Order: sequence, then C-alpha cells, then structure tokens
Amino acid sequence: MRRPVAVRVVGSFELVFRPALIAIALTIVLATPVELFGLTLPEPVLPMVLAFAWPLIRPSMLAPAVLFALGLFLDIFWGGTLGMWPLALLAVYAVVLVSRNLLAGQETQVLFVWYAICTALAFFLAYLIVSFDAGRPPSLLALLLQVLPTLLLFPVADWMVQRFDDGDVRFR
Amino acid sequence: MAFRDGPFDQLKVPLAWTAAVAVVVALIASVLMIIGDRRNDGGAHGYGPVRAGVDTVLAPIGGVLAAPVRWAGSASDYIGGYFNAVSENRRLRRQVAELEPWRDQAIALKNVNARYEAMLGLRTEPPVAMATARSVSESRGPFANARLLDAGSSKGVRIGNPVINEHGLVGRIVGTTGGVSRMLLVTDVASRVPVLVDRTDARAILTGDGSGNPRLEFVRGVGSIQAGDRVLTSGDGGGVPRGVPIGVAARGIDGTWRVKLFSDRGAIDYVRIMLFEDFGQLVDPEALNTPPLAGLATAPAPDAAQTAAIGDAAARRARQTTAPATASAPGAAE
Repeated sequence: MRRPVAVRVVGSFELVFRPALIAIALTIVLATPVELFGLTLPEPVLPMVLAFAWPLIRPSMLAPAVLFALGLFLDIFWGGTLGMWPLALLAVYAVVLVSRNLLAGQETQVLFVWYAICTALAFFLAYLIVSFDAGRPPSLLALLLQVLPTLLLFPVADWMVQRFDDGDVRFR
Repeated sequence: MAFRDGPFDQLKVPLAWTAAVAVVVALIASVLMIIGDRRNDGGAHGYGPVRAGVDTVLAPIGGVLAAPVRWAGSASDYIGGYFNAVSENRRLRRQVAELEPWRDQAIALKNVNARYEAMLGLRTEPPVAMATARSVSESRGPFANARLLDAGSSKGVRIGNPVINEHGLVGRIVGTTGGVSRMLLVTDVASRVPVLVDRTDARAILTGDGSGNPRLEFVRGVGSIQAGDRVLTSGDGGGVPRGVPIGVAARGIDGTWRVKLFSDRGAIDYVRIMLFEDFGQLVDPEALNTPPLAGLATAPAPDAAQTAAIGDAAARRARQTTAPATASAPGAAE
C-alpha cells in the first residue's frame, strides 16, 4: 500500500516576506556609522541573494513585486538614483528565471559561477546608470569593495536553494 | 456564474510565464523611475516626500544602533587615554611648543589684516551660524555616499548648507525634514565643489567618484598645483563660504590629481552644519530697496566733539580749495 506523502507547504511569508524583512533589517544594521582602526562595515547588496535564489526555488508573481520594493528601499535608504536597484535586481531575477531549467540540480560550483555572472550583470547595469546620471563613472576600486562582499553572500543563496527547493511537493 | 465554472476553469498558465510578466512590468516601471528621477537636479524637488518619510522613520533606528558603538568608542578612548597618558602628555607638550610661535604670528597677522581691511574699506563675510548634528546612518558604496544627520529644518538647516567636522569640509545638505537631514558627502559621485589651491590661488572643481579621495578637475594654469598643496573651498558660486579646508593634493594611481581629505583623519561622527545658504543671505533684500539716504533721518545728532571735528575738517577743506585760487591769481594777472 502506498504511504501518504506529508505535504509541507512553504508559504509566501516563509519564502518571500521573511527573507525580505531580514534583508531590510540587515541593510539598516550595516549602515551604522562604525569606524574602528579606519575600517568601516561592509555594504553588500543583500537582496542580490534573493534575486538569485527566488526564481530557482519557485517562480512567482509575488517575488518580482517584492524585489522591486526591496530595490526601491535600497535606492531611498542609500540615497541613490530611484529605480536603479529595482532594475538591477529584476535583471538578475529575469536571467535566472530564463536559465532555470539549465540550473536546476546543478552543482554548487556551477551555481556560484552563475551567481557571480548575475552579480556582475547587476553591478554593470548600476554602474552604467550612475555614470549617465551623475555625468562621470564611479571609481572601480569602490565598486570592487561592494562587489566582493556581495559575492561572499553566495553561501546564503545556496543555503536558501537547498532549504526551500522541493520544499513544496506540489511544484515538483 | 462563478469564474471557476466558466470556460477558463481549465486554463492553466505556467508559473514561470506569470512570473515573467510580473518581471517585465516591474522592469518597465524601474526604467520609468530612472528616467523620472531628479536626484541630481538640486533643490527641494530632488528630495520628495517618500525619501523624507523614510529618512524620518529610519534615522531614530540608526541613532539607536549607533549609540552602543559610540559608547564603546568612548570607553576605549577613555581606557586608552588612561594608559597612554604619559606619552600623550609628552606629545602634547611638544605640540604646544611648536604651536606657540604660530599663535603669536596669527595674532600679529590678524591685527595687520584688520588694519588693511579698514584701510581698503573691505566688507568681510559675517560669521556663519552653525548647528551641531550627529551622524546616525551612512551609505558607503560606489554609487552613493551619504549620511543621515539628526538635525533638520527645526534647527534652521536648509538644502545646500555645507557640513564640516573638526578637520574640514565633509559634504552638503541635499534633503531636510523637521528633525533629520540627508548629507551628500564630497566623495559622492554626484558631488561637485569649487575649490582653490592655497599656494597659487588656482581654481579647480573637486569631483567625487565614490572613492575615498575625490578628483581635482579643470585645474587652471600650468604648474599651479603640486603634491602637498592645501586645497580650500573657493566660495565661487556662493554655495560654500571661501576658505573652508578640504585636504591636501596628491597624485592618484591613475595619474590624476586627487585630494586626501582632512575629514578622513577621524570618524565623521559629530558634524557642524554651516547655516550658510548663498550670497543672498549676506544682504537683506529689503535693505537693497530702501532709498540711499534713508538712514540720515534716523542718524543721531553729533555730539560736541564730533561737531568740532566736522567743523575743523570743513574749514580745512575750505582753506585747501581757496588757497590755490589765491596763489594762482597773481600769475593770472601777469
């Protein structure tokens, strides 16, 4: 006799809203003006993790909307060009959504390479937008200092994919 | 008839397609927002009510988060000061000995300068009022370098006010609400400050690029700048008062002239907002519209000593004008 499968439904709150709120909270914490021995806190783009992990876990209409809101929050909180981070994050979401079938079930190393490419794409878009908006390109060294901490967030994205992928058997 | 009973009850759209539609709509919205953004236009319209509202809400949170950090810093300073008291005392004595001749020279120069100003009839800029504020949150990335300050329009802070710390210029105010202001640092990619080189009085524009050392662009004159020159605000354009220290000129690794900022010598924690708007505030607009001789009606009557001095000067002037006439009269007769 076939045993019934326990369906564990991963709701929108667990998958979308809670990580988004955590990303906002961490962004605010990392903006604390701390300077010890001339060093300041890093300033990674935390929603990059979500833009990469969400389409891999489960495509939805809610995630792009929340991602748009997260990008707007970054623009307003950091004082940047309005619409820049929504565009960059949604571009990452779109790329991963299109390549979803290719990436499903791939090794962690492959996912990291893809994450790095997506991060590079997002920062390239942001760099272009700021260059046109401000009339001069930002420093590449300063850019690198934000790209590196963002790349180091990959384990969080990988953990999210492992944790939530196939968490809801209805989407197998 | 319910929707599920209609002809669409069997219609199943793949999740990826619905997500793709949402992405396209959001992308279009993002592009429209970028096109419509007026952050760099200056003035109040670049700082809309949404930005003001978010800053007002988040500034107290940043203040709470920054407080323990500040306490820890003060505690470490206190302990460090206790253990380093002897060496610091020696260093300070040496520094005082070095500075004393400078102080005497400054007093003498101030005196001479005041006499020159009086002789030339110069109208110097009045002292600028200040408002002290604390930095509660910051963004340090390549695309935005800004800070939230816990002083706003209730303290008289207005958009465009320059901000300094104990070392030099830090930035300027780009948005303000009742109790919170947003400061754009001189390192921000959108920041432009007219500056001068102290040694040669050459003019340039200090241009931020997101790195710690902003560039010097449009440097006028050949050989007008060399490494180690002090860079000050020029006051051109009226946005910032003249003579606020900014930093020291240095060659960047890319060969361009850059400025090592004085404000980097310590943490930008407490800052002072100069309530200086532009040249317009130095002159009362109403005063310009008054008739030139309107002040005479209210001028006090001269006392005895002044009356005597005025009479004496008038008599002397009269003698000077009549003396050449009488001296030339015989010559004319001849």
